[in-house]
Amino acid sequence: MKHVYRLLVPVLIATCLSLVSAQSSRSHAKSTRNTSSAGQITSWKQIPIPPLHPFNPQQPRRIELPNGMVIFLQEDHELPKIDGTIRIRGGGRDVPAGKLGMAGIYGGSWRTGGTKNKTGDELDDFLETRAARVETMAGIDSMFLFWSSLKGDFDQVWPVVVDLLQTPEFRQDKIDLAKRQIMSAISRRNDEISQITQRESNKLAYGPDSPYARTAEYPTVAAVTREDLLNWHKRTVAPNNVILGVTGDFDPLEMERRLRDAFANWPKGEQFQPVKTEFHDPVPGIYFVEKDDVNQSEISMVDLGIERRNPDYYAVEVMNELFGGGFSSRLFANIRTKQGLAYFVGGGVGAEFDHLGVTRISMGTKSSTTAAAIDALKKQINDLVQGGVKESEVKKAKDGILNSFIFEFDSKERVQDARMGYEFYGYPSDFLERFRAGVEKVTVADVERVARKYIHPEKLAVLVVGNSKDFDRPLSAFGKVTTIDITIPQAPK
Amino acid sequence: MKPAKFRLLAVPLFTFLFASIVHSQDISSFEKKITVKKLANGLTVLVMERPEAPVFSFFTHVNAGSAQEVIGITGLAHMFEHMAFKGTDKIGTTNYAAEKVALAKVEKAYAAYLAESLKEVGRDPKKVAQLEKAWQDAMENAQQYVIPNEFSEIVESEGGVGLNAFTDWDETGYFYSFPENRLELWAYLESERFLYPVMREFYKERDVVYEERRLRTDSSPQGRLEEQFLAAAYTAHPYGRPVVGFPSDLKAFSATDASNFYKKYYVPANITVVVVGDLIASEALPIIEKYFGRLPNGPAPEPLRTREPPQNAIREVVLHERSQPFYYEGYHRPDLHDPDSAVYDVLGDLLSKGRTSRLYRSLVRDKQIALSAGGDSSFPGNKYPSLFFCFATPVQGHTAAEMAAPIHEELDKLKTKDVGDTELQSVKTRAKADLIRGLADNQGLALQLGLNQSLYGDWRELFRQIDRIDKVTAADIRRVATKTFVEENRTVATLETQASDPQTAIPAKGEQQ
Repeated sequence: MKHVYRLLVPVLIATCLSLVSAQSSRSHAKSTRNTSSAGQITSWKQIPIPPLHPFNPQQPRRIELPNGMVIFLQEDHELPKIDGTIRIRGGGRDVPAGKLGMAGIYGGSWRTGGTKNKTGDELDDFLETRAARVETMAGIDSMFLFWSSLKGDFDQVWPVVVDLLQTPEFRQDKIDLAKRQIMSAISRRNDEISQITQRESNKLAYGPDSPYARTAEYPTVAAVTREDLLNWHKRTVAPNNVILGVTGDFDPLEMERRLRDAFANWPKGEQFQPVKTEFHDPVPGIYFVEKDDVNQSEISMVDLGIERRNPDYYAVEVMNELFGGGFSSRLFANIRTKQGLAYFVGGGVGAEFDHLGVTRISMGTKSSTTAAAIDALKKQINDLVQGGVKESEVKKAKDGILNSFIFEFDSKERVQDARMGYEFYGYPSDFLERFRAGVEKVTVADVERVARKYIHPEKLAVLVVGNSKDFDRPLSAFGKVTTIDITIPQAPK
Repeated sequence: MKPAKFRLLAVPLFTFLFASIVHSQDISSFEKKITVKKLANGLTVLVMERPEAPVFSFFTHVNAGSAQEVIGITGLAHMFEHMAFKGTDKIGTTNYAAEKVALAKVEKAYAAYLAESLKEVGRDPKKVAQLEKAWQDAMENAQQYVIPNEFSEIVESEGGVGLNAFTDWDETGYFYSFPENRLELWAYLESERFLYPVMREFYKERDVVYEERRLRTDSSPQGRLEEQFLAAAYTAHPYGRPVVGFPSDLKAFSATDASNFYKKYYVPANITVVVVGDLIASEALPIIEKYFGRLPNGPAPEPLRTREPPQNAIREVVLHERSQPFYYEGYHRPDLHDPDSAVYDVLGDLLSKGRTSRLYRSLVRDKQIALSAGGDSSFPGNKYPSLFFCFATPVQGHTAAEMAAPIHEELDKLKTKDVGDTELQSVKTRAKADLIRGLADNQGLALQLGLNQSLYGDWRELFRQIDRIDKVTAADIRRVATKTFVEENRTVATLETQASDPQTAIPAKGEQQ
């Protein structure tokens, strides 16, 4: 629990690509080591930038078994360990409304509930003596089984992974424990202001019943049974719904043989069909949640965003970078640096792989500058949409993305993770390269066009969470205010 | 729970494991990749060759944190960290000569305003308002020369990622990663910001930092609890004070104060620079030396004198709030150089690491009264004597106070019953495995090597601490638990849920305009 104070909180918007190219953005001739003495340098631009070392990132090997299971093998001999991820189609968005929380209960009791042969507690002892980890986790569109072991222990750890995948037991005591934990999390969900802002702004953007915004309640958690979990497992865990990736210090032929031994005879199951979702624009307006034990308000302006396969994605990412991305974005410069109104401020048009993301522009400011902050955000949004952007801004944003592009490949594991993601969502395996090429072509006109196309100042739902008695002006100054009641519906019993 | 079979396996496996680690991940294999050089001005440089991809990460460790502050300037170490992103005499300005004059006027005006506004006798509100206006006018005048965020903009547009910094009680750290062909650019930028820092936009940044305080402390139940917990645990040592600073100090300290702090603590002898990645030491070192060698030599700051006096009575703080409960407790322990430091590491691991840890098994798994339970062997820092820390997050329907007895039961067991061989061996195995897992990333390596080089004077301590953990015995654990986990040495802070009666709404904490 080391608490540190950082210059910047992790940025709010869900961009996955953090961007950039190996090339120098300035055309320097050959590197010369005989630069002038340090004292003679009057501008950073005098520093030479030699060409980057040639680099061909190692791609994982893709194997597809006849039963549809896809495997990625990425050798990495730097350290004596073997790590893996198994991703299975079907997640929180696919759970019926009356059973919300089921994905979390499944992810929380899959590993702890043990296998046919060993209880979860026995697995704990077995793994911990080897400093190995096997864990399960629920995601919005998939479930995950991870493992990490030292190379020498892989032979002992691997059977646990296979057993857990194929013969989990979901013992009732661990299901009860997971349910109790999720109910406790519900009881705590209004304690931290940022959690309220995140949850309620999602509901405003997607609609409260959307698979991407709805939340578990006490009765929906109580309704989940062991039968539900076993049925879910049976329905989803089939080779044709599974992508498996292994990274680490192994012999590739031996590993392939072992994986084929484990899975080649696993019969194909029904192809998992994810939930179909309709998207509706949010209802514009001012929304307010009262929280009287804070002295800082959180403001979040939201709308629906885009999918990454949208051809405008590249221009949108450049726009996001210059508008609300890093330390040199417009929002950061104008609202934090120049006005001192916020510690965290940022945002942009959100993009997801297989559904619309959330466009979100957010900040925190002291209660007594809440209205001033809304004005400031609105001004920035209007300036972006109506005022256009400068050539120099677009260039800097593109340079930032392209010059740091190499970091997408800075570890074998990262390359593997990206490939597994593209496989899961059906994106081309060279999506990153296409992204770079796409960004290179983005012009000022493109950025201005996507700003007008995807950011609609009058259509934003504006959420404020804070202590209204200390506001500088009442929120009604911005129009009709809809108050959101976040009282937690009481527990049954 | 009948893991006898697994336990039998544990010992031979462990031996194998240990052998394989020693083989490929030990000090001598790292010695081949690491070069340490102390420059003529006293600055320590550590370079590690790790050509996995054409990139590098760095970590600049400044051996000064909030523990170096005195009352009146609390929060200043962190404030300076923010200022280190404001540029230099060449970056962030349109005309430094004119800006320098304008900034001097800001300081003069601010000093006059502050003196009047803090007057205990004869304070004249009208005069305060006039002086405040004069100060604000001076700031506005200085602003005309500023190019906001130019430093960060250069780093980001040149391909820097993970640009950030942190301050805690023990130290201040700066870091980001660059493509390998920007090594010289990095050496220039990083040395310039500590050679020629400019306190531009200081007072606006102070407002930003105050917002950070509101975010992390004032408006967060756990933030409020942590601040009270540390204030109760320490009566003399600065570990009891918030890194972010007290509200009054955050509204008073000046750019001049920040410059003075910088001059005293940002001397080469107090700075360690670590670079890890795709570089060759023999090529990189001359570049680093060329730029960082420019930092002027200065006397190393005096060591901190104050030590926390022994605690002689239990201390308790209870916050009644509308949020769900939390339980914290801590016991004073010696610093990281103490011979028993590794024993505390083992104690921390036994109690709180993983699914077999004692607090998890007792409070979360068996008694089912906590959502999570764990701890930290050294909080809030480790450079000075600190606290052995335990926490629990009660599940719905349980109070924070109910967490005390089962935690104490676990602590008492450590005093009265020897830890079994298998359990102790597991801890040691995990310590090694966790070390290995931390070696796969440039930025993580830079941080670990930098902290060890700076706090112990030798990066090899990163590996040696594993050897020390390996030597810890069951008897050591009982002895240290017995001397540490006693009531007079305990500080407890609880947050209990107040009945939700709207008539008794609690006012926001911390804001004192």
